[in-house]
Amino acid sequence: MARWTMAIDLDKCLGCQACTVACRMENNTPIAGPEQAEKGRAILWNEVIPFVEGEYPNVTARYIPRPCMHCDDPLCVKVCPVKATYKNEEGTVLVDYERCIGCRFCTVACPYTVRYFNWHEPYYPESLKAHLNPDVPIRPKGVVEKCTFCVQRLQRARAKAEAEGRVFLASDYVPACVQTCTGRARYFGDLDDPTSLVSQLLKSPRAFRLLEELGTKPKVFYLREG
Amino acid sequence: MSHLESTVFATLRKTGIRFYILFGVLAALVVWGVFAYIYQLIEGLGVTGLSRPVYWGIYLTNFVFFIGISHAGTLISAILRVTQANWRRSITRIAEAVTVFALCVGGLQILIDMGRPDRILNMIFYGRYQSVFLWDLTCIGIYFMSSITYLYLPMIPDFARMRDKLTDIARWRKWLYTLAALGWKGNHEQHRRLEIAIAIMAIAIIPIAVSVHTVVSWIFGMTVQPMWHSTIFGPYFVVGAIFSGIATLFIAMAIMRKVLRLEAWLTDKQFDYLGLLLLVMSAFWCYFTFAEYLTTVYSALTHEMHVADAKLYGEYAWAFWLMVFCNAVVPFAILTRRAGRTVMGTVIASVFINIGMWLERFTIVAPTLTRPSLAFEHAIYQPSWVEISITVGSLALFALLFVIFFKLFPSLAIWEVEEGIEIEERNRINKQLSLEDLRAMEKA
Ligand code: SF4
Ligand code: SF4
Repeated sequence: MARWTMAIDLDKCLGCQACTVACRMENNTPIAGPEQAEKGRAILWNEVIPFVEGEYPNVTARYIPRPCMHCDDPLCVKVCPVKATYKNEEGTVLVDYERCIGCRFCTVACPYTVRYFNWHEPYYPESLKAHLNPDVPIRPKGVVEKCTFCVQRLQRARAKAEAEGRVFLASDYVPACVQTCTGRARYFGDLDDPTSLVSQLLKSPRAFRLLEELGTKPKVFYLREG
Repeated sequence: MSHLESTVFATLRKTGIRFYILFGVLAALVVWGVFAYIYQLIEGLGVTGLSRPVYWGIYLTNFVFFIGISHAGTLISAILRVTQANWRRSITRIAEAVTVFALCVGGLQILIDMGRPDRILNMIFYGRYQSVFLWDLTCIGIYFMSSITYLYLPMIPDFARMRDKLTDIARWRKWLYTLAALGWKGNHEQHRRLEIAIAIMAIAIIPIAVSVHTVVSWIFGMTVQPMWHSTIFGPYFVVGAIFSGIATLFIAMAIMRKVLRLEAWLTDKQFDYLGLLLLVMSAFWCYFTFAEYLTTVYSALTHEMHVADAKLYGEYAWAFWLMVFCNAVVPFAILTRRAGRTVMGTVIASVFINIGMWLERFTIVAPTLTRPSLAFEHAIYQPSWVEISITVGSLALFALLFVIFFKLFPSLAIWEVEEGIEIEERNRINKQLSLEDLRAMEKA
C-alpha cells in the first residue's frame, strides 16, 4: 500500500497562487464572494500564506503554500464523533460529506486550520457552472471539507491503468496543484517506496514539517529556503 | 391544613394576572429565539458571526455555561443531603429543578450549533468513543436521567398530598398527580424505601455530576490548541460549574421567596450558609484562575502568549478583567461580611457571578480560536443578531420551564420540610429534657 506524500520546495515557490486556483477548479470549491471572504469564509483548500517579517525597508516576505498536511496522527480524525473524517489505508485523510454532522470539532482541533466549513448553500457563478468537475461531489451546506490530495485523480489513474492492462505506477497519480505549479516547487509520491523522489527529498537537510513539535506527523513537508 | 401547606398550595390553586404577564413575556422571547433559529436553519450558519478560524462562538459558550449551572442543583442538594444538613430541606427542590432545566437548555445549544442538526442521530448510529463528544453525550445523558429521577423521587409524597388535598383543580392535573404519586399511601414501609432510594441517588449523583463538567472541559483540554490544552481544565471547570450553579440557585431562591411568599422557610439562615459556600467557591475559582494564567505567562510559550496577550491586554481584555471583577472582587467585597450575606447581598453577588462565569466560558472559547498556531492575521469574532437572539431566547426558555414547573408542582418538598421541623422540635425537647435532668442532678 502506498503512503502518499507531498514535498514543497520553498526555494522554488513564486507565491503565484496558481495551485490555489487549480485546486479550486479541480475540486469544485464554492465561491464565497468578496463580502463573505472578508469575513474569513472563503474556501481555499490550498492557501498560500504570506509571512511578512520586519518593517520597511528591512522586510522579508515568505510564502508558504498550505494544503492539508494529511497527518499520520491526525487530530481531526481523533475528535470526530461520527467518523465522518477518517484516514484511508493509504494514509490520506478524507471527509465523508454524507455523514458529517457539522459540529466543527475537527476544524478547531486541527492545528493547521486547513479545514473549511460550508456556511451557506454552495454557490457557483454561471460561468463556472459549466466547468464543474464531474468526478468531485458538491458539498452540501453545513458540512466540513478540505484538501483530499485530489483522491479522485488516484481513482481515475488506477482505473485507467487497469483499462489499459498495465500496472499502476505511483507516477500516474498527480494532484492538480502539483501538476500546475509554476515554479515546479511541488513533488508528490509514495513515501513507502524508498527510491521515490519524495523519499529522497525527505532526507535533505532542508526538509522540515510545520509545527513538527505537536507530534501530528504531517505527510506534507517543505524544503527550507536558502 | 398547615401554614406551610396552604402557602405552597396557594400558587398551585390560583393563577393571577402576574403569572400570565410573566409567561407572556418569556414566551415571546422564546418565540423570537425560535424564529432566529429557523432563519439560521434555512440560511446556514453563515448568519452567525462565526468564521474561519473562529468556528465556535457563543453557542459553545452557552453550552458550557448552562451545563455548568446544572451543577447547582443536584450536586449541592446531594452533598447537603449526604452531610445531613438540616437547613437544606427547603432549597433542594429548587436546586434540583435548576439542574434539570439547565441541562435541557444546555444540551439544546449543541443542537443549535450543529451545521447539520438533521443528522444528529449519526451520533448514535456512528458514534465512536474516541471522540470527546461521545463522552459528553454519555455523561450528560446519564446525568440528565439521574437528575430527573432525583428530582422526581422526593416529589412522590408531595404528589400524593396534592392528589388528596387539591380538589378544586382541573381534571388533567388531578389525573397527572394521581399518576405521578404511584399509589403512595405514606406508610412506614413506603417511607423507608423512598429514603433508601433517595440516599442511593444522592451518593451516585455526585461522581456523575463531577464527570459531566470534566468531560465538558476536555472538549478543549484534549486538543493541542494554545491555552486549551491544559490539565487543570477538568477541576477548574467543575469548580466554576458549582460556583455559577450556586449563584443561579440564589437568584431562583430569592425570586421564589418573594413571589411565592416563602419567607418563613427560605430564611436568612439559608442565604447565610449558602453565601459562605459561594464565597468558598469564589476562592477556589480565584486560585485555579491564578494558577492557570501564571503558569502560562511565566513559561511564555510563543503560541500560548499570543492568546494570553489577547486576553490580558488585547481585544478580550475587557471581558477578562470584567470577569475577574465579577468573580473575585464582588463576591469577596460582599460575602466576607455577615451583613453582606443577606438576601439582597447574595443576589447582587450572584448576578455578577453569573455574568462573570459566562464571560469566563467566553474567554476560554473565543480568544484561542482567534490566534491559530499557524500565524496569519488575527481573526475577530463578533456575534450576530441571530446568535444574540438565540442566546436571549435560551435564557428565557430556561426561566419559562422553571415558571411552568413551579406552577404545577410544589416549590418546597413539603414532607421533607415538615420532617425537618419535627426533627428540630425533637432536638429542642431533648435539649430541654437534658437540661431538666441536669438540674435534677444538681439538686440531688
Ligand atoms: S492538517 Fe489538519 S485536517 Fe489535515 S490531517 Fe492534519 S489535523 Fe487533519
Ligand atoms: S464537523 Fe464533521 S468531520 Fe468535523 S468532527 Fe464534526 S462530524 Fe466530524
